[in-house]
Amino acid sequence: MASNVTTPGAVEPKFWMGGIEPMKASYGKLMMWFFLISDTFTFSALLVAYGYQRFSFPAYSGEVADFVNSNLYWPIPEKVYAAVPFLHGVYLPLVFVGIMTFILIASSVTMVLAVEAGHRKDRATVEKYMLWTILGGFTFLGCQAWEWAHFIHGTDNGTLMTIMENGKMVEKTIFGANLTVNEYGPAAFADFFFFITGFHGTHVFSGVILNILIFFRVATGLYDKRGSYEMVEKVGLYWHFVDLVWVFVFTFFYLV
Amino acid sequence: MADAHHIQSNDPNAGAEQRKAIWKTFWILLILTALEFLIAFTVAHGTLKVTIFIVMTIVKAFYIVGEFMHLKHETKGLIWSILIPIVFVAWLILALLLEGNAVFEAIFG
Repeated sequence: MASNVTTPGAVEPKFWMGGIEPMKASYGKLMMWFFLISDTFTFSALLVAYGYQRFSFPAYSGEVADFVNSNLYWPIPEKVYAAVPFLHGVYLPLVFVGIMTFILIASSVTMVLAVEAGHRKDRATVEKYMLWTILGGFTFLGCQAWEWAHFIHGTDNGTLMTIMENGKMVEKTIFGANLTVNEYGPAAFADFFFFITGFHGTHVFSGVILNILIFFRVATGLYDKRGSYEMVEKVGLYWHFVDLVWVFVFTFFYLV
Repeated sequence: MADAHHIQSNDPNAGAEQRKAIWKTFWILLILTALEFLIAFTVAHGTLKVTIFIVMTIVKAFYIVGEFMHLKHETKGLIWSILIPIVFVAWLILALLLEGNAVFEAIFG
């Protein structure tokens, strides 16, 4: 911030001499950006590894309507994610994940509105929108918990599959999913589901915790005393990044 | 930058333009997601569908990073510092998808 800039003596300040912000962003904000870059690489690695696995495995080639689960080809996501809470047995492909996407986008909007109110030092509005963001985060986590439970528990009928067990090929009906076997497709499919959505869910969870912490500090007037609501902006960057990652997970895990 | 961000709170119209831009971005993201949903069930599986999805995802990413994360309005130095490292991701995608294809050819081809 300009108020913190000190011009050393009579020396004329130069761009990289220190004391000024060459990128017009504070140290903390800049470091949040660079942390997010490193996190981008982690998520990219996970998603690209998923792509690698998918490219090295046969794809389902028949009609979508005739699709049945098998561990011999990669499943069609819309056939796997077709359940919605309280509507047991109703085939609603991608509806629930669509709702989750909407919740996350909406919570991103309330976050950026909190940041905007922070620029005006409007404490009540910052509090209001941060609470909405926290609520959105918890709702998303609740949805994800249900989705995981459903994925692990599986469908009513399961899938008859030939799998390797104790060194022998055996035919058996598989229900739900774990890290070694699942009823939807090859083992790697469920593994990537757990790792990618799990890693993203962990980020949402830490984002909610950070939001609660910052909300508490807003509510107790710390940023009014400090004269700047920049911490809201920094936690906002993190929250939008979590939303951004979900946009990519939604496309590459649920749509393609 | 400091002056622009510290608008006095007693001005009722302060930040009105910014709030308008935020809601505009929200509607763009919502409509794009709804369109993706529509395409998922109307366009046949294939290269065209995947290409449409990837383009739409990049457009959504542009709006989230540019507007919500405010990167579009930062200095050029900051914008490039964030965007240039992404080149490594492009390389990773290319390398691993080619490799995956080679593995497929070796086992099932």
